Amino acid sequence: MASANAEVSETPLVLYALRRADDALILGHRLSEWCGHAPMLEEDMALSNIALDLIGQARELYTYAAKAEGKDNDEDKLAYLRDVRQYRNLLLVEQPNGDFAQTLVRQFFYSAFADLYWRAMMTSRDTTLAAIAAKSEKESAYHLRHSSEWIIRLGDGTDESHARAQAAVDHLWAFTGEMFAVDEGERTLIHAGIAVDPGTLRGRWLTTLSDVIDEATLTLPQNDWMQQGGRVGRHSEHLGHLLSELQSVQRTFPGLTW
Amino acid sequence: MVTALGSTADLRRRAWDAAATVVDPEIPVLTIADLGVLRDVVLDGDRVEIAITPTYSGCPAMNMIALEIEVALERAGFRGSKVHTVLSPAWTTDWISEEGRRKLRAYGIAPPQATSSRRALFGEQAVACPQCSSGNTELLSEFGSTSCKALWRCKACREPFDYFKCH
Repeated sequence: MASANAEVSETPLVLYALRRADDALILGHRLSEWCGHAPMLEEDMALSNIALDLIGQARELYTYAAKAEGKDNDEDKLAYLRDVRQYRNLLLVEQPNGDFAQTLVRQFFYSAFADLYWRAMMTSRDTTLAAIAAKSEKESAYHLRHSSEWIIRLGDGTDESHARAQAAVDHLWAFTGEMFAVDEGERTLIHAGIAVDPGTLRGRWLTTLSDVIDEATLTLPQNDWMQQGGRVGRHSEHLGHLLSELQSVQRTFPGLTW
Repeated sequence: MVTALGSTADLRRRAWDAAATVVDPEIPVLTIADLGVLRDVVLDGDRVEIAITPTYSGCPAMNMIALEIEVALERAGFRGSKVHTVLSPAWTTDWISEEGRRKLRAYGIAPPQATSSRRALFGEQAVACPQCSSGNTELLSEFGSTSCKALWRCKACREPFDYFKCH
């Protein structure tokens, strides 16, 4: 069935858009798994709303990746017809929801980065990416505020919520390094003014984290060993399970349309 | 048939007016012109090209709006019109017209504040109740029934209400 997969010519620009699209889609899908299961109605709506924002961002980025590639791919083929090893998202976003603390810590680590990242991307020389950034930046600000408030509430809450929040911070920390990694192709885009160097955002990202984590009476791990691989398609076992659900309709009935 | 309608400027005006009747399916008191979603109308012969800008990235109303525009133009006598989305410049709630804000308030939704108040991570927001105009209100949930709304409650008249988030 390998031929059923979409083939993608990953030029640096295509790959760049694809990586950000995959981040948004996979995290959006993870959050959508809470729909109907969140601890309270407001939170059910919040997580579903954030999922919707992210999937919307993913659609624009996939559409742009397909356009930049200039073949016959489109947003649907890129989302539904690539296999695990063709996905380019961060390992962080594919991690299972776990308990509520784990979902919110994952969201907090990502949103604290996305907020800075999209704001910086608004001045990209690539007008489409800059336009997507201008929209995503506004949404990310809400996402960051939402998860920040929860981190504080959980960390500075009961012994139980504190322990769970700290366990989530400790567990997910090793997946954050990948956000700041840059390869050869991305380096050329950074030099061309199309991409931002994520390394320049790390200091401010860490400040946002420290401010919230301190207020939450939690602590950031001291170890700096980081797990990588998502950007080149080496994923944890969790992504395959996620994709089997996300892609089930297109894989069962290829080419099906509404 | 359409060419009998008048000059190019007239035609363009008629096309704009037809498209401008389309309402947001989730806030049916607002037209896409009130929202600032309708950006441009271009005539190519007797075909019409409409440019709209998406509000929120994941707003499911956009597909429906595009379809309704095509239907509205067909009804007005324009055949085979096309709708495309423009991403830049990005839509902002500052583009909602004064008329749109008035309609929102009358509908029971507090209109968005200026976007300059948005950035503070834990910033204080002051939103007036659309029912009794009291400023004594509180945020219940930053995410409401649609992606563009937050849920608030008025402590003066005790009514819960939607607030159109600034974006």
